[in-house]
Amino acid sequence: MQWETVIGLEVHLQLATRSKIFSGSATTFGAEPNTQASAVDLAMPGMLPVLNAKAVRYAVMFGLGIGAEIGHRSVFDRKNYFYPDLPKGYQISQFEAPIVGRGVFEIQLEDGSARNIGITRAHLEEDAGKSLHEDFHGQTGIDLNRAGTPLLEIVSEPDLRNAAEAVAYLKALHSLVTYLGISDGNMAEGSMRCDINISLRPMGSETLGTRAEIKNVNSFRFVEKAIRHEIERQSEILEDGGRIVQETRLYDADLDETRPMRSKEVANDYRYFPEPDLLPVVIDDAYIAAIRAELPELPTQKRHRFIEQYGLGSYDANVLADSRELADYFEAVVSACGDAKIAANWVQVELLGQLNRGELALGDCPVSAPALGGLIARILDNSISGKIAKQVFEAMWQGEGSADEIIEARGLKQVSDSGALEAMVDQVIAANAGQVEQYLAADEDRRKKLVGFFVGQVMKLSKGQANPQMVNQLLAKKLV
Amino acid sequence: MHDKSVAQLVAGLRDKQFSSVELSRCFLDRIARLDSAYNSFITVDESAALAGAAAADQRIAAGDAATLTGIPIAHKDIFCTSGMRTSCGSRMLDNFVPPYNATLIEHFNRDGAVILGKTNMDEFAMGSSNESSYYGPVCNPWDTALVPGGSSGGSAAAVAAMLAPAATGTDTGGSIRQPAALCGITGIKPTYGRVSRLGMVAFASSLDQAGPMARSAEDCALLLNTMAGHDPLDSTSSELPTEDYCAHLNDSLQGLRIGLPREYFGEGLDAQTASCIDSALRELEAQGATLVEVSLPHSQLSIPAYYVIAPAEASTNLSRFDGVRYGHRCANPVDLHDLYTRTREEGFGNEVKRRILVGTYALSAGYYDAYYKKAQQVRRLIKQDFIDCFEQVDVIAGPTTPGPAFALGAKSDDPLAMYLEDIYTLAVNLAGLPGMSVPAGLVGGKPVGLQLIGRHFGEARLLNVAHRFQQATDWHLRRPATGEVA
Repeated sequence: MQWETVIGLEVHLQLATRSKIFSGSATTFGAEPNTQASAVDLAMPGMLPVLNAKAVRYAVMFGLGIGAEIGHRSVFDRKNYFYPDLPKGYQISQFEAPIVGRGVFEIQLEDGSARNIGITRAHLEEDAGKSLHEDFHGQTGIDLNRAGTPLLEIVSEPDLRNAAEAVAYLKALHSLVTYLGISDGNMAEGSMRCDINISLRPMGSETLGTRAEIKNVNSFRFVEKAIRHEIERQSEILEDGGRIVQETRLYDADLDETRPMRSKEVANDYRYFPEPDLLPVVIDDAYIAAIRAELPELPTQKRHRFIEQYGLGSYDANVLADSRELADYFEAVVSACGDAKIAANWVQVELLGQLNRGELALGDCPVSAPALGGLIARILDNSISGKIAKQVFEAMWQGEGSADEIIEARGLKQVSDSGALEAMVDQVIAANAGQVEQYLAADEDRRKKLVGFFVGQVMKLSKGQANPQMVNQLLAKKLV
Repeated sequence: MHDKSVAQLVAGLRDKQFSSVELSRCFLDRIARLDSAYNSFITVDESAALAGAAAADQRIAAGDAATLTGIPIAHKDIFCTSGMRTSCGSRMLDNFVPPYNATLIEHFNRDGAVILGKTNMDEFAMGSSNESSYYGPVCNPWDTALVPGGSSGGSAAAVAAMLAPAATGTDTGGSIRQPAALCGITGIKPTYGRVSRLGMVAFASSLDQAGPMARSAEDCALLLNTMAGHDPLDSTSSELPTEDYCAHLNDSLQGLRIGLPREYFGEGLDAQTASCIDSALRELEAQGATLVEVSLPHSQLSIPAYYVIAPAEASTNLSRFDGVRYGHRCANPVDLHDLYTRTREEGFGNEVKRRILVGTYALSAGYYDAYYKKAQQVRRLIKQDFIDCFEQVDVIAGPTTPGPAFALGAKSDDPLAMYLEDIYTLAVNLAGLPGMSVPAGLVGGKPVGLQLIGRHFGEARLLNVAHRFQQATDWHLRRPATGEVA
């Protein structure tokens, strides 16, 4: 039978606030255990939560970024369960009245097409601490630095149909939240964690199959692998006439498999009820309007603008608009050199190539956007050829100076002096009498091929610095 | 010194009739001498108290004194005191020494008041007789065979026995007013949100409110001036500015409309208590107030609503006591489940366990709508009853309790009978209103209290009515015999 895969994702996004969602403790990653845990985070008796206004602002920014309805009166609830890394014995979350309602989100697929994915809701909640099972001789250590870190849980509709779409969704989400500056989106540090709900149904069927939930997958690659593995597992069971058990599974990256965590049947009754220590969050239209007015241009808008304004193809626009930093860099190069197409090419091929080879982030790039623009300007004004430009770029990368300084210091400026070129052309013609004879004997078509030989010789003689256009003109004049 | 009011002690310190060290020493001695009969204190740190008193004396000498500088205050052991054990009447916190002060304690420290000690209470403030304390019951100074009421029974008994000039308490369903009534003292539960809850061990977050317990309305006003105010660290504390609660104590009662809810004077009210309340109301009438019969039609639903909402909130507020970070931990747990179950089994007493079970049940999937949600709907109706009433009257009056103090042990095996003790006080918490209890007479030598209920943030008016009443009567000046040699 043909099966259709149905995937919905729940993404836990760590918001980039300086302090926690309900306390003044810092949220910096990687500090010594329990050095960023206050009396509130430790749930000491009598301690009370105070809502971080920045977290609310970030959630609203996200909501506006996906065109969602913002909850004018959202309510925090207690989600009750016992676990040592959950100090209060409940997590403060939002259940019935989330801060962000339904929205829609455009994702870009590999083939350049776009799809709209529904967002069911997004709500604010606090993260739990960490249980450390190693190094404690059969006991468990608790690190509460992460307890109380603000999370935005973003729940998608079951609109995704395969692993590639799921990854595209996550990449688009990553792009959006980093554009908004509401999260660093760092999956390796757990700033973006993903639960995958996945089920299969016969192709054409409208009803959803029984789902499995794969918890806490923390890289794009693992999401892809976990989904592929899970599709295989479920389809094998269904093909054999079996039934899928609704359960929570864990993806084991080392073994590349998913395995059951706990059955939903025995899952906790979380006894949600409104958190009496916090007032409902009331958000008025003026607050929303003020945030809307300050929103930056978002990835989708930027992508469309790049296509229209610069005449880029949709692939190029996707790559360049992927991060705000890269898009800003690209536009700075354009404004320094004046040619968007060459700028797009240089940023994607040379710049990203160098960054990838050096495993560098754009922030660590040794060549600034105006500097790269300055280099491209020398190509455009025929000071150097594209080939020489790559040498210059390499030298710029090594910190040898600006394009002009390097061209000057290394004497790479293209020779466009007609006297000097003429002398070189004459020298080549004189030294290659046989080839000149062949050329003169040949017909038009063949001459076009043979002229390349002479151009090559002149370039060689000039160490690549001869202006190729002028060389061609001179040869055409002389070879008669 | 021990029989003086806070107002008199303030004047005495100011006029250098005695020092704060002398004053504090007087009460510390009384506690040491007399409290074995009442068990009203859990923790007394003499040297800390005397150090606080010495600091206060310096402040007074430097001319830098606030009103309460040098006044010894007993605090209910529910308020976290930095460096001093805060047990909440529970084995669970028997070893708990907070590294921080409750905001309320900070306020008293700011004004230079002396922490005399920490008073006994029902475990986690759950109880109406002070019999659920891990530290044993408190005895009523009027008759040590009687309960003092609860949960702030230690504070009430300490003030009544003149072991402290004034004390703090908390009131979730009547825990200031009921023991104040049963011990013949004055206590006020302010409007929900008037006094910060930060650092006060939570019982039921949407109902808990701290307030003063003292010998007179004037003394309560003096303490409330220090206690009240917005706390940015308590999101439910009100931003409404506070007022000088002493400023209107002497205002005339001429034209005051007092509502008498017929539901508070019906079946279940002890006849002699009713007659004390009636006399008290006549006195107010004589001062120019008008008595108006009113109705709070949903009154009878306050017990079921309260006993769903309060345990529901308590069941999750008490989840943090898990043996992981502080407080009691069972010996040698074999695994996590064992750690949780034995720690909580050993750490909590029966009444606390009962309420955790009730609350957990009320919030469970499949029961939430029938219990918790329904109770919240009832709560809104009860609040609306009061709002409607306050369109006709300025304050509401009635008995604080159905009768005077009962014998220790009389109701401790009958939770439902115990819960009925709070029949007149619960609705005030559900509605978030201020309420107070004022001594209104003796029934067979046992005090009974007149309850006054005000509009939201109408504390000043309540204190005014109570003060005028106390200017004309002497019930608040009556003292139990404390068994001392004269």
